[in-house]
Amino acid sequence: MEIPEEEFLAPGHRGCAGCGATVGVRLALKMLGKNTVAVSATGCLEVITTPYPETSWKIPWIHVAFENAAAVASGVERALKSQGKDDVNVVTFAGDGGTADIGLQALSGAMERGHNLIYICYDNEAYMNTGVQRSGATPYGASTTTSPHGKESFGEDKPKKNIPMIMAAHGVPYVATASISYPEDFMKKVKKAKEVDGPAYIHLHQPCTTGWGFDPSQTIELGRLAVETGSWILYEIEEGEFKITYRPMQRKPVNTYLESQKRFKHLKEEEKDRIQEYVDQVCAELKI
Amino acid sequence: MLRVISANRALAEAVKLARPKVVPVYPITPQTTISEYLASFVADGELKAEYIMVESEHSAISAALGASGTGVRVFTATSSQGLALMHEILFAAAGLRAPIVMGNANRALSAPLSIWNDQQDSISERDSGWMQFFAENAQEALDFILQAYRISEDQDVLLPSMVCVDGFILTHTVEPVDIPTQEDVDKFLPPYQPTHSYLDPEHPMSIGTFTDPNYYMDARYDMEIAMEGAVDVIRKVNKEFEEVFGRKYDLVEKYECEDAEIILVAMGSICGTIKAVIDDLREKGEKIGLLKVISFRPFPREDIYNAVKNANRIAVLDKNISMGIGGVLFNEIKAKMDVDASGFILGLGGRDVPPEDIIRIIERTRNPTDTQKINWIGIKEEE
Repeated sequence: MEIPEEEFLAPGHRGCAGCGATVGVRLALKMLGKNTVAVSATGCLEVITTPYPETSWKIPWIHVAFENAAAVASGVERALKSQGKDDVNVVTFAGDGGTADIGLQALSGAMERGHNLIYICYDNEAYMNTGVQRSGATPYGASTTTSPHGKESFGEDKPKKNIPMIMAAHGVPYVATASISYPEDFMKKVKKAKEVDGPAYIHLHQPCTTGWGFDPSQTIELGRLAVETGSWILYEIEEGEFKITYRPMQRKPVNTYLESQKRFKHLKEEEKDRIQEYVDQVCAELKI
Repeated sequence: MLRVISANRALAEAVKLARPKVVPVYPITPQTTISEYLASFVADGELKAEYIMVESEHSAISAALGASGTGVRVFTATSSQGLALMHEILFAAAGLRAPIVMGNANRALSAPLSIWNDQQDSISERDSGWMQFFAENAQEALDFILQAYRISEDQDVLLPSMVCVDGFILTHTVEPVDIPTQEDVDKFLPPYQPTHSYLDPEHPMSIGTFTDPNYYMDARYDMEIAMEGAVDVIRKVNKEFEEVFGRKYDLVEKYECEDAEIILVAMGSICGTIKAVIDDLREKGEKIGLLKVISFRPFPREDIYNAVKNANRIAVLDKNISMGIGGVLFNEIKAKMDVDASGFILGLGGRDVPPEDIIRIIERTRNPTDTQKINWIGIKEEE
């Protein structure tokens, strides 16, 4: 796969060393190209890329608030249409908090209305911008500052909310999961999302060195481990047809993924076993 | 063309004539018929706009702001709870200097739940950076929408506007309205041409960035300067409006103020009742006047002062209350000028204000007991 050299997200932003979110945005924008307007929800990405008077965005970009990125994008898309600029891509980048929690209503509305826009959720599995608080996308067992482990707690006690399937239930033409550690898979999906007429949703799994607790050099490796252990599954749903886009040759034990992150360090064997059982169950359902 | 229509219809007709490109709305009583009229205009091809039936008022104003960010004219409308739900984005729209125009059907805020009129909803957004214009009747609702676009889109202002119409009293009451021709409106209100802030791949820019303490306060300062400067822009637009349409407006309307001993200060539809009472009293030789505040934001400090300074006493009527201190208009007038005034709270949640109440207010203003007291008009326990 040929990856365009041109960059639309400039370096020098305030992201942490090893930031996974910006890797995802760079790759997405390479596929979307210059003729694109981006909308951001409040969050890490917005804060690190636009410290006034600087900006990393080489394409037009707008941010309004935390919970309304999909609604802002709806307005942008229709306004461009009203000017005959139907060829401009409208892409939204929102974190898992801005997507699974506070922004879910606006997102649902936008998906239902059928706007021609691409919504990419960069999922780092907690509110990282404000210091690692749990979100609806925080996985079972993860310790965050608002789901801390302790004498009577093993951390987050609910599984990750399944947003891509909730999006699929809206009947939109394209839904996919992706990982920054599988760039070709992700970029192919962005390309499809761009070409589809109507709403497209991509849920991008993205390790966060600060929130998950691993060495910044290991970001890509962690994303790979998530997929290779079956903790994150790469698929797409095109016009209702579900397809796994990447199958690990042989699934690694979930523990290899868990033990490499501080957020799972506290887990006891029985809790890890429970997570393995859960992953096995999901993978069995999907024949992975 | 003279037609007998409601203020909501008049407002919708004004929107059609203003030719916005994007109209995101969410229905709420008593704004609903605005949403419906606009939907039917678009469905019939009379209004060439993208009508977005969003899933909440929060998304209505968010989509309006996104659309405005691309440099097109937009419209939305709401009421009460809907306006309160928009609260966060109202500040964002003003801060991003988006010249959005919105209709607000004034309605009480819950709880207890009420669908009826007062002005607590828009008054509670007074600090959002939006201009607020209060209409007395359906004609003003129409005229103020057209003017609001000119004022908001003025490059020295670039602040959003809210045109406020009293719920049911105006929104659902029909009266004769002169609907201008498209030709005249096009003359008065040409297409919007953004000059320095819009989303265009040919000229990429970042809108809505993150500011540190080195920048935020200056942005707020610039907004205040723009808001104060809007006073002159409104006067200019009023004048041009009169030249095209023949109807004369100002930031305030003085009714029998010249020699008045007592002047009532009020906003919105209640001014019609007050005018009728004044006409009766004048026949009996009583020198009563009305100062109608049309522009609540920007606050026409000098216009108000010059109109009331020669009166013995003034009465300020508020269809809102800031708990613990009283009516907002009353307190703002007291804060900004040295006048002898009494404040009255009335008409909350649709409580009717008959002419007798206006007479009662005049009597109490003439013989005040305690000017610091919050005077409630129409409370059952008091009667």
